[in-house]
Amino acid sequence: MDSTYILLQHYWWFLVSLLGALLVFLLFVQGGQSLLFTIGKNELQQKMLLNSTGRKWEFTFTTLVTFGGAFFASFPLFYSTSFGGAYWVWMLILICFVLQAVSYEYQAKKGNLLGKKTYQVFLIINGILAPVLIGTAVGTFYNGAEFFVEKANLTHVGMPVISSWATPFHGLEAALVPWNLMLGLAVFFLARILGLLYFINNIADEEIRQRSRKQLLVETVLFLVFFLSFLVHLLLQKGYAVDPETKNVFMQPNKYLFNLIEMPYVLVILLAGVVCVLFGIIKSFLSATWNKGIWFAGAGTVFTVLALLLCAGWNNTAYYPSNADLQSSLTIENSSSSIFTLKTMSYVSVLIPFVLAYIFYAWRALDLRKIDHEEMTQNKHLY
Amino acid sequence: MIENIDTSLIDWSRAQFALTAIYHWLFVPLTLGLGIIQAIMETIYYKTGKEFWKTTAQFWMKIFGINFAIGVATGLILEFEFGTNWSNYSWFVGDIFGAPLAIEGVVAFFMEATFIAVMFFGWGKVSKGFHLASTWLTIGGATLSALWILVANAWMQYPAGMTFNPDSVRNEMSDFWAVALSPVAINKFLHTVLSGWIVGGVVVTGISCWYLLKKKHVEFALASIKVGAIFGLAASLLTVWTGDGSAYQVAQKQPMKLAAMEALYQGESSAGLVGVGVLNPAKTGYNDNVEPFLFKIELPKMLSYFAERDLNAYVPGITNLIEGGYQTDDGKTALSAQEKIEKGKLAIQALADYRQAKKDKNETSAAEARTVLDDNFAYFGYGYIKNPADLVPPVGLTFYSFRVMVILGGFFILLFIVAAILSYKNTFGGKRWLQWVCLWSIPLVYIASQAGWVVAEVGRQPWAIQDILPTSAAVSRLATSSVQLTFFLFLALFTVLLIAELGIMIKTIKKGPASSEE
Repeated sequence: MDSTYILLQHYWWFLVSLLGALLVFLLFVQGGQSLLFTIGKNELQQKMLLNSTGRKWEFTFTTLVTFGGAFFASFPLFYSTSFGGAYWVWMLILICFVLQAVSYEYQAKKGNLLGKKTYQVFLIINGILAPVLIGTAVGTFYNGAEFFVEKANLTHVGMPVISSWATPFHGLEAALVPWNLMLGLAVFFLARILGLLYFINNIADEEIRQRSRKQLLVETVLFLVFFLSFLVHLLLQKGYAVDPETKNVFMQPNKYLFNLIEMPYVLVILLAGVVCVLFGIIKSFLSATWNKGIWFAGAGTVFTVLALLLCAGWNNTAYYPSNADLQSSLTIENSSSSIFTLKTMSYVSVLIPFVLAYIFYAWRALDLRKIDHEEMTQNKHLY
Repeated sequence: MIENIDTSLIDWSRAQFALTAIYHWLFVPLTLGLGIIQAIMETIYYKTGKEFWKTTAQFWMKIFGINFAIGVATGLILEFEFGTNWSNYSWFVGDIFGAPLAIEGVVAFFMEATFIAVMFFGWGKVSKGFHLASTWLTIGGATLSALWILVANAWMQYPAGMTFNPDSVRNEMSDFWAVALSPVAINKFLHTVLSGWIVGGVVVTGISCWYLLKKKHVEFALASIKVGAIFGLAASLLTVWTGDGSAYQVAQKQPMKLAAMEALYQGESSAGLVGVGVLNPAKTGYNDNVEPFLFKIELPKMLSYFAERDLNAYVPGITNLIEGGYQTDDGKTALSAQEKIEKGKLAIQALADYRQAKKDKNETSAAEARTVLDDNFAYFGYGYIKNPADLVPPVGLTFYSFRVMVILGGFFILLFIVAAILSYKNTFGGKRWLQWVCLWSIPLVYIASQAGWVVAEVGRQPWAIQDILPTSAAVSRLATSSVQLTFFLFLALFTVLLIAELGIMIKTIKKGPASSEE
């Protein structure tokens, strides 16, 4: 295969992984939502919490949409196989994001039909389900899913569908694999940690900050239990390897551990990420005044998730393995767009740093003044 | 046992996509139109420094925000439904279709998401100039996002800039600019966005008229009408031009859609355009010899002109398109549907032969099969069509929707002309009849807007991608009951959220601009 094509496939797997990593960081919005009544003990505090995550929810949402679009454009066979097959998992994820999209704007408005509390419950549902489901779905990158891919089906006029699912549960069976669920729960508690660190940074209210710091402990313990269990298992488990010559997929003991050893820069990114996350958490917990934890833990999250996703797709690994038919497994090579499309989109990707720069600029401009009691009582656009 | 796709699965999958698209399109046009109007108002504030314009812009931003949230929610589902419900489609054309979606995400959505936060929460926190720029960038992002999704939609109507790769069994992009700048895409983008501007103009004018009828916030209402009516007038005049361009493109690229829009069964030279007409319900097929109309008024020769830019040109009807045999523009004899179906079957069989030959490492056979495939690929999708009659889209729905769109479009031009003139003569405030008409035009503009999409999408049937892939071969392999369940889930969810949206909107409007900020 053309070496440029191989490079582009790796580049686009990197970009998709980066978007996935940014999405997990931005799930701090969901984590924060899930803590609405844990941290907000009165209406004013809840209002501050909602206005804090409410000014960022669109970034998470947009990243999810862009993640979907980028996956579609760069690895369309994943898009068609996973979305069309694991139907119920994706539908549940989408529905809980629909609930979120309207809830911020509608919850405090008169005439909203369902009442404030219902929309707040919607936000909590989104806050819990989105990280758990996304984490569980990503777990199938390492533990496999149940599908068949047969491109020749297109010539069967009566039944031309290329990708089909092997179970009638259409993706829900992924939750029966404990290691998938473990990743889902790890993402959930990480999102809650990030949510707490974000509150500490973004809301000028001593009570909220104190309560958030206190809550960090229990969330961190739970996160570490689930994350470390998943990580240790990942490094010890058999992985889905691809023979670079024959393109056959086979099970290889300690595949993901070998991936880290064979790609030491990915190992460095992973370790740096874990250290950053822990530093952000521990320093925030110990210091009563330090509020930069979100940036360290956030950057650490991006590094960690990026490393794990690179581990799933690079170094001759099947990133979306099929347990129903090993040779149907998706690799970055057999599922990618054409070289022309990847090249064209790579030109567009040059804009990404510019996009990140204006997001950073606008974010900073809005966050220069922290959310406080006074702002919540002003006659302004508020949630 | 030979398996067959359950036709009810196709119908329910189409129904779900239509439901999501219809709901999404209830909110998007107002975003596109109101976004520009509020930006114009804020620009006036920026230039004049008058607080009145700030309050006015902020009120419309409030309406914008309520509408925007639910538009985003429905849009998310729409994007992912390409994968969840149309998985074969996603693979078959993902190489082309995915790119505009990804560009939409990177270039447009982030712009919109970033600057909308500044627009809503940045008052007093950022400079006036930065705030104004954010308001324009928000609507710029929304419009850019419309551009890319409409490029993708246009490609489904007129697939260009791609080649079929039998090794990967999909279409692959070979010319990005042929996709992005196809005449269908340009017309579709302009026509759709401008129609959104009309919605914005009508909604702003209509709500303002409600204040006038109630004798509340009169200064605010008259100022808003001035902006809304002029903006709406400009948009609706431009929409005539883009509509003409769209119709011409339909005639060139999708003649069956044009024939359905006109309920033209027997083609003719110097064909007339049906102004108004009532279809004959007794007509059930293209070849039943039943008169298609109970009644019609035609504009002589105008269909020929719109379709071919020639008053005397020949325009094929539904029967001609099915039976073939007429002379096409390039002097060839048109194939019949049956001949196209045969060619489609040849192409599909050639693909199967090619893959088998490749498997057997028989390069000679592979090359032969490839030649047959390439020669017949233009009709690939026809190979999945069982009956020529399946190639006729629902004529009644397409015909009436087209007329609803065009007639209402004409009405809005008239309305905006009257509103703009009276507004600038400062006599609008005394014309209660006109205020009522403007108010009741709000539901009409939504009907017109939806009707336009019905023409575009229903008229394209049975194709997901014109000539290349019918919906029956594009669908995901799911249990029909699963799609039924999600259909009703979305129906219930979107309907509840729509009622909530309307409830909030009405309360906000009742409170008015002075107290529009809670």
